[in-house]
Amino acid sequence: MKGKLSTFALAALISSGAQAANELKIGFLSTLSGPAGAIGIEIRDGFNLAVKHAGGKLGGLPTEVVFADDTLNPDTGRQLAERLLKRDRVNLMTGVVFSNVMLAVWPTIQESKIFYIAPNATPTNITGKGCSPYFFSASWPNEAHHEAAGAFANSKGYKNTYLIAPNYPAGKDSLTGFKRMYKGNVVAEVYSKLNQLDYSAELAQIRAAKPDALYAFLPGGMGINFIKQFNAAGLAKEVQLILPGFVSDQDVVRAVGEPMLGLFDTSHWAYDLDNDANRQFVAEFEKEYKRIPSLFAEQGYTAALIIDQAVRDAKGNVEDEKTFRAALMKAPEHAKTPRGQFKEAANGTPIQDYYVRELVKDKNGRIVNRKIGTILKQHQDFWLKDCGMK
Amino acid sequence: MPAILLLEQSLNGLQFGLMLFLLAAGLTLVFGIMDMINLAHGSLYMIGAYFMASFAQMTGSFWLGLPLALVATAIVGALLEISLLRRLYGRDHLTQVLATFAIILIANEVVRIAWGSQPMMLNTPAELTGPVTLPGGMQYASYRLAIIAVGAVVAILLYLLVTKTRVGMLVRAGASNREMAIAMGVDIRRLFTAVFALGAALCALAGAMLGPIFAVQVGMGENILILAFVVIVIGGIGSIRGAFVGSLLVGIVDTSGRAFLPLFFGVFLPPQLASAAGPAVASVLIYLLMAVVLYFRPQGLFPARG
Amino acid sequence: MRAIAVFLLLAIFPLVMQAMDNLFYVSFASRVLIYAIAATSLNLVLGYGGMVSFGHAAFFGGGAFVVGILAVEGLRSVWLAWPIAIAVAALAALVIGAMSLRTRGVYFIMITLAFAQMIYYIFVSLKAYGGDDGLQMPGRSTLGFGRLGNDLVWYYVVLALLAAVLYAMHRLVHSRFGRVIAAIRENEARAEAIGFPVYRYKLLCFVIAGGIGGLAGALIANQSSYVSPSLLHWIQSGTLMIMVILGGVGTLWGGVIGAAVLLGLEHLIADYRIGWLAKLAPNYQDHAGLAVGIVLLTIVMLAPEGIAGFFGRRRHA
Repeated sequence: MKGKLSTFALAALISSGAQAANELKIGFLSTLSGPAGAIGIEIRDGFNLAVKHAGGKLGGLPTEVVFADDTLNPDTGRQLAERLLKRDRVNLMTGVVFSNVMLAVWPTIQESKIFYIAPNATPTNITGKGCSPYFFSASWPNEAHHEAAGAFANSKGYKNTYLIAPNYPAGKDSLTGFKRMYKGNVVAEVYSKLNQLDYSAELAQIRAAKPDALYAFLPGGMGINFIKQFNAAGLAKEVQLILPGFVSDQDVVRAVGEPMLGLFDTSHWAYDLDNDANRQFVAEFEKEYKRIPSLFAEQGYTAALIIDQAVRDAKGNVEDEKTFRAALMKAPEHAKTPRGQFKEAANGTPIQDYYVRELVKDKNGRIVNRKIGTILKQHQDFWLKDCGMK
Repeated sequence: MPAILLLEQSLNGLQFGLMLFLLAAGLTLVFGIMDMINLAHGSLYMIGAYFMASFAQMTGSFWLGLPLALVATAIVGALLEISLLRRLYGRDHLTQVLATFAIILIANEVVRIAWGSQPMMLNTPAELTGPVTLPGGMQYASYRLAIIAVGAVVAILLYLLVTKTRVGMLVRAGASNREMAIAMGVDIRRLFTAVFALGAALCALAGAMLGPIFAVQVGMGENILILAFVVIVIGGIGSIRGAFVGSLLVGIVDTSGRAFLPLFFGVFLPPQLASAAGPAVASVLIYLLMAVVLYFRPQGLFPARG
Repeated sequence: MRAIAVFLLLAIFPLVMQAMDNLFYVSFASRVLIYAIAATSLNLVLGYGGMVSFGHAAFFGGGAFVVGILAVEGLRSVWLAWPIAIAVAALAALVIGAMSLRTRGVYFIMITLAFAQMIYYIFVSLKAYGGDDGLQMPGRSTLGFGRLGNDLVWYYVVLALLAAVLYAMHRLVHSRFGRVIAAIRENEARAEAIGFPVYRYKLLCFVIAGGIGGLAGALIANQSSYVSPSLLHWIQSGTLMIMVILGGVGTLWGGVIGAAVLLGLEHLIADYRIGWLAKLAPNYQDHAGLAVGIVLLTIVMLAPEGIAGFFGRRRHA
C-alpha cells in the first residue's frame, strides 16, 4: 500500500510545474493508428507544415503541439482529452478525425472552456441545437460534401441510387445530407459497422438490387477495402460509384491505384485550385513529405493558419474568451488558406464553395483529383437554423 | 429473396467457415492433445499475416511469399512451444488462460515494434483481382473462390493426414488417451512441438489468405479467436471432424445472419437501427448455438475422448 | 491494524494532491479504487469460490449501462439508480450462474464468456443508448444533497464504498458461508458427500460477486459520466482477471493491489519518461502493453498465487 502512495506523490511532484504564460500549448487528439490512421497522419502533417512555416510560432507565440492517439476509440479519446486538458493544461485543442470520438470528448472540452478548432469532424449535434462558442470548424459541416454529391447525382440523372455509410454519427449525417439534395429514388440505405473490412455481404445485396449508382461514404481503410472488393466482384461495370472527397483522395488512391480512374467525387478543395496560397501549399507539402497532399492535409494546414491568424489578431490573448472568439470568427476572411478566403457562420462552420472532382492522371502520370466544376456556391450548414447563437 | 443473393451469401459463408476451420483445427488439436487453452492462437494468425505482407512485398509475389510466411510462423510457433508453452501443460486452466493472455499482449506490442502501428497493405495476387463468371451468369470475386478452394484442399489434406497416416494415428491416440500414448512409447515431446508448429502454419495460412480482405493490423487475432473457441466447443475438443462441421456451421450462421437479419429488421425498424440490430443478433445467434449444442451434447458434437 | 493505516493514507492522499494543485491524480485514484472494487468482486468468485468466470465484464459493464440508461431517461438519483444497478447485475448473475454452473472446467469458462459476449453484442446494438460509441450521461448521479460532481467528494464516496466492500468480504469469508465455499473449492466431491448443497452455495457466491461487480459498474459510469461498451467486452473480463492474479488470488487485498499495480504501471510507463530507457528505445512509452504482458507472464509462471503470494500470504485474509 505504501508503494501506491509514494508512487502518486512522486508522480505529482514531477508534473506540477507551473504553466508558462505567453506560449501556445495545443492538444492534438487524433486517430493516428489503425485502419483509419492515415487520415489523422495527413491532418497532422498538414498542421505541422503550417507550424513549421510560422517558425514554430503560431500568431507570434512559441507553440508546442502535444499529440495523442485515440485509436478511433471514444473511451480512449475521452481519457486522453482529460489528460491533455487537466494535466498538460493545453490552451487550445484540435485534431479529432471521427465524429463518434468528437462527441465523446466534447463535454470534457466544453467544461474546460477551451477553444476547439476542428480540422475534420464537425458533427451536426454540435453545430445545430447544441452549438457552442467554443467550437470552431476549419473543415466543413458534416453533411456538406454529401449534399454536394446528392446535387451532383441529380445533375447526372441517376434514377436509382443505393446508399452505404458506416453506422456512426457522421455516417448518418452523410446519408441525410445526400438525401436532402437528391431527388431520385433511394433503393436502400445501409449502415455497415464502423471499421468493418469485409463487404462481401453488402456487395451481394448491391448486386441483387441493381441500382444505377452507388453512393458510398467509407473513410480510411474502410473505403480502401470497399473499393477493392467492389472492383473484384465485377460491380464496377454495372454500377456507377460516386464518392465524397474523403473516400477518394490521396490516401485511398495510394492504396487502390488505377481502378479509381474515372471516379467522381465532391470536395471543398482541389489540389489544382487557382490561387497562390494553394500553389505554395501543394509545392511545399510535396517537397517536405514527398507525396501529393489530400484534402485532409489541407484541413490540418488551414486549421493551423486560422489559429495563427486568430492569435495574432487577438494579440496573443487566448485566455480572454470574447476577444479570442471574435478573432477566430474573423480569421478565415483574411488568412491565406489554400482554399481561399471564406466566412464562418455563427455556429462555427465554414460557408464555402464545393467542387466536383474527377480522378485522372496528370502530365507526370500520377493519379490526381482534378477539379471539373463547382456544384454548390457559398453553401452553409443546414443546421445553422437550429443554433441560437449570433 | 433473389436466388443470386442466396448463392452469393452461401459462397461467402463457405469462405468464412473454411478460414475459421484453419484456425479451429490447430486450436482443437492443441487443446485436445496437450490439454492446453491457448489464447495466443490468434496472435499466430496475426504474425502469419504480417510475415505474409512482408514477404509478399520483399519478393514482389503473393505466391512466393505464402510458403515463406507459413514456414516462418511455424518456426515461431515451435520456438514459443519449446521455450514457454511447454511449461503450461498440466497446469490448471486459469494459469494457462492468464499466461497465454499475457502472450497476446506481448505479441501485439512486439509486432507493433517490429512493423509499426499502421496496418500493412497486402494485395490480392494480380491474377485474382477480378471477378469470375460462375455457371448461371453471376460474377463472384475470383480471389474469394480461391480461398474456398485452398480451404477445401487443406481440409482434405488434414483429414488424410489424421486418418490415413502414422503421424495422424499418433495424434489421434494422443488426443483420446494421452497417458496410454506415452505408455506406448510415443515421443510425446516432439509430437507436441510438431502439432503446435502445424497449428501455427494453419493460422498463418488463414492470416495470409484473409489479409487482402481484412487489413493486416495489430489486434486482428482477438475477434477471430473467440469464434474459433466457439467452433471447437461446438465441434468437440480434439476432433478435426468436429472443427470442420463447427466452422462451417458458425461460418454460415454468422454470414447469413449478417446478410439477412438487417433486411429482416429493416421491415419494421429505421435503417440505422436495423443495420445495428442485424449484426448484433447474428453474433448472439452464434453464442446461442453454442449454448444449445452444449445443453444437448455437453462434450460437443464429435468429442474426441472416449 | 494495517487496514486502518492504509485507509488513513488513502484518505489523506487527495488533500495532499489538492494542495499541490494536481486534482488530475485524485480523479485517477478514484478510477483505480473503482477497479479495485470490481477486481475484488471477481476475486470472491474466482479466488475464494474457485470458479473461473471469464464473463465478469457482464456484471461490471451491465451495472454501468443500467446507471447510464436510467440517467439518460431521467432517473439520476443515487438512492434509486445504484441499488437498481446492483439488483440487475445480481439478477443477471443468477440467470447466468444457474445455467453455467451446471457445467465444469473449460466449458464453464467458455459458457460464462459466451453469455458476457451476448450481453455485449446486445448493448452495442442499442443505437438509442450510444451503441458502439458509448453512452454520454448528463452528469454524475444526484445525492439530494452535496454534489458528486466535485472530484474530491467523489473520491471519498468511492473510498468509503471500497472500505465497505472489503469489510463485507472479510466478514463473509470468515462466516460459515465462507468456510463452506472454501471447502467446496478445495474438494467439491467431498463437500457434496458431506451433504452441502454445493450448487446452491456456488450460485449464491456467484450472485453476490455479480452484485458487487454491478456496484463497481455504477461507479465507473459515474467516474466520467460516460459508459463505454468496452466495459462489457471479454478483454475487460481478462483485464479484471489479470488484476486478481497480480494482486493475489483468494486474498482480501488482492483486487486492490492488482488494480493499483496494473493501472499504476500502465500510467507510469505511458506518461513518465525514464531517461536512460528512452535512449535505448525512443518509443518505449508507446509500448506499455509489453511491460504489462511481461510482468504478468512472469508472475503467472513463477508465482501463481500472485503478488500477495510473494509475501507468503496463503488463502485466507
